[in-house]
Amino acid sequence: MAQIVIKNLKKEFGDFTAVRESSFTIEDGEFFMLLGPSGCGKTTTLRMIAGLELPTSGEILLDGEEISQRPPSQRDIAFVFQMFALYPHMNVRKNISYPLVSQGMPRAQVKAKVAEVAQILGIEGILDRPVGGLSGGDRQRVALGRAIVREPKAFMMDEPLGALDAEFREHMAEELRALHDRMGATTVYVTHDQLEAMQMGDKIVVMNNAVVEQFGTPQEIYDKPATMFVASFIGSPCMNFVNFNGQLGLNAHELEMLGSRFGVPQTREPFEGEMAFGVRPEHVTLSDAAPFRGEVLATEYLGTTQIVTLKTAGGEVKARIPSNQTAKTGESVGMTFDPKTVTLFDRQTGRALKSELNEGVLHG
Amino acid sequence: MSSFSVTEPSNRTKWFAGTLVILYALITMIPLVWIALTGFKSPADAISYPPKYIIGGESEAGFEPTLEGYVNLFTTRTRQTQEFLHANPPENWADEIVRQYDMVIVGPSKFGQRFLNSVIIGFGSTFLSVFLGTLAAYAFSRFKIPLADDLLFFILSTRMMPPIAVAIPIFLMYRQLGLSDTHLGMILLYTGVNISLAVWLLKSFIDGIPTEYEEAALIDGYTRFQAFYKVVLPQAATGIASTAIFCLIFAWNEYAFAVLLTTANAQTAPPFIPTIIGVGGLDWPAIAAGVTIFLLPVMIFTILLRKHLLRGITFGAVRK
Repeated sequence: MAQIVIKNLKKEFGDFTAVRESSFTIEDGEFFMLLGPSGCGKTTTLRMIAGLELPTSGEILLDGEEISQRPPSQRDIAFVFQMFALYPHMNVRKNISYPLVSQGMPRAQVKAKVAEVAQILGIEGILDRPVGGLSGGDRQRVALGRAIVREPKAFMMDEPLGALDAEFREHMAEELRALHDRMGATTVYVTHDQLEAMQMGDKIVVMNNAVVEQFGTPQEIYDKPATMFVASFIGSPCMNFVNFNGQLGLNAHELEMLGSRFGVPQTREPFEGEMAFGVRPEHVTLSDAAPFRGEVLATEYLGTTQIVTLKTAGGEVKARIPSNQTAKTGESVGMTFDPKTVTLFDRQTGRALKSELNEGVLHG
Repeated sequence: MSSFSVTEPSNRTKWFAGTLVILYALITMIPLVWIALTGFKSPADAISYPPKYIIGGESEAGFEPTLEGYVNLFTTRTRQTQEFLHANPPENWADEIVRQYDMVIVGPSKFGQRFLNSVIIGFGSTFLSVFLGTLAAYAFSRFKIPLADDLLFFILSTRMMPPIAVAIPIFLMYRQLGLSDTHLGMILLYTGVNISLAVWLLKSFIDGIPTEYEEAALIDGYTRFQAFYKVVLPQAATGIASTAIFCLIFAWNEYAFAVLLTTANAQTAPPFIPTIIGVGGLDWPAIAAGVTIFLLPVMIFTILLRKHLLRGITFGAVRK
């Protein structure tokens, strides 16, 4: 089991930069999520850690050892592919024992090891079946079996649930997380599904356009986004941005936006110019007395809550309110924002402005 | 009331399709069956009219099967005087057969050796084409090769004219290099013609194998070559089998170059079989026997690989 340190990792394919100078640390035993939209470089990063791609520059330290230029077979890392990549010409038992055979392990030992892994995953019954006829879930278990059987230092998983039915995904996600908790192995998991990342991860790296946008626990990433991209990528519906022009003093507790005054977490840097006032829908409260007003455009009923879309002077705002509260389309309502949760962004760069709330979280 | 289904053909369609297939099979099989039958006829039965096509002498259309054709194919014979024939009784069953024409067997014919040449050259060039083709196709499919597309086009361009168009340069080159009438020369020539087909066919097969399998093997602790050998090759078996059949059929049946470049040492069966015609009139049973034997290796090879061939031809149409 191991700690993985990524230092200034960079990958170029010809003129195209897939990953730009990324750095982060994966602690021993962590379930670590690489999250981002497709094409953001998360899979390339994973493949570089596993050795399937060689980085253009930068370092990968596995337990303090620099491994970035080593072939995959010398890294002691297991990989679970999205399409499972089970060897189709072998049965389940052979698939699982394949990594052990390559190490020259004696046959009796291989057999015992495979039996042990099969028991952990609950696939004893299908060991002698060909992999062709297996269900998605069983294929997934066999792929996991092949990964865990040789007890590697770390696991890489490339959207392992992506090929499963939605129904089965949740079940498998739980199983995967339970397996991780039992084995305590460092796991790096690539996904584009922010819910999956929030549910399963100990830590998340959010990537976009080849750049690491933020790196932290799910709570940090949700509550204290470092950039407008992270704020809009995480959460459903995503964070609201009220656009305005204004100025912000140092150590201020409030600011003036579109003619009204709003409380904000104490600021740590002054700013003047185009800003976005970021607030999550659940921190928006409708109140008739409030001076900041908007027109109700639509309501979306979600059971216990409803999402109300409001048109304001600074753009659309979505509010998550209890479903028993009435909001009629076309009505003008006032709204207030929970001051403790507000993040202000520089609209030119998309960067969050430093405040009491996100102090110590931001990177770069 | 019967329900209409898009995927399941109706009984009438099935019946119609079945009839068509059987009809087509009959049309293609009849010449082969006729050749095989003729090989077991006497020269008189072979050219009799109305034709004889039932084994067994009873009816009008029946003939008594004989191994005469095969004996004539494999032996050389000379006519002898009655005194000689009386003085030397037949040595074996084959000798007995030729005695009815006042002949004796004086030695083996060249057919056996020519047939062996065909086997060596056909299978040798097939092996070489598939071996080199697989390696090249794998490289083209998996690695970044500078000018890969141009190289592939170049490889294909060798098939853009009939190979026989370069017969004279090759003839001169082979004479200069001492490759004329050698097994190696013919193997190299057929490999050269087949390799473009092999590279292109196999590249499309290997392209269809997801790279994840090799990557999984690399991660599982295997080298690139082991991953190729243990993971890619078994999955490319279908493609390799169908490519091998195409290569073998070409090399096995090739006639023009064989006539031009081989005379004795490395002559293959195709240019040899017609020479039987010239020996003492038209010996149809012997020719038919030669053709029958000549067809057998390709038939057996194809039947052995049939399972793969069927998947190979439909490959790409339905991808799993």
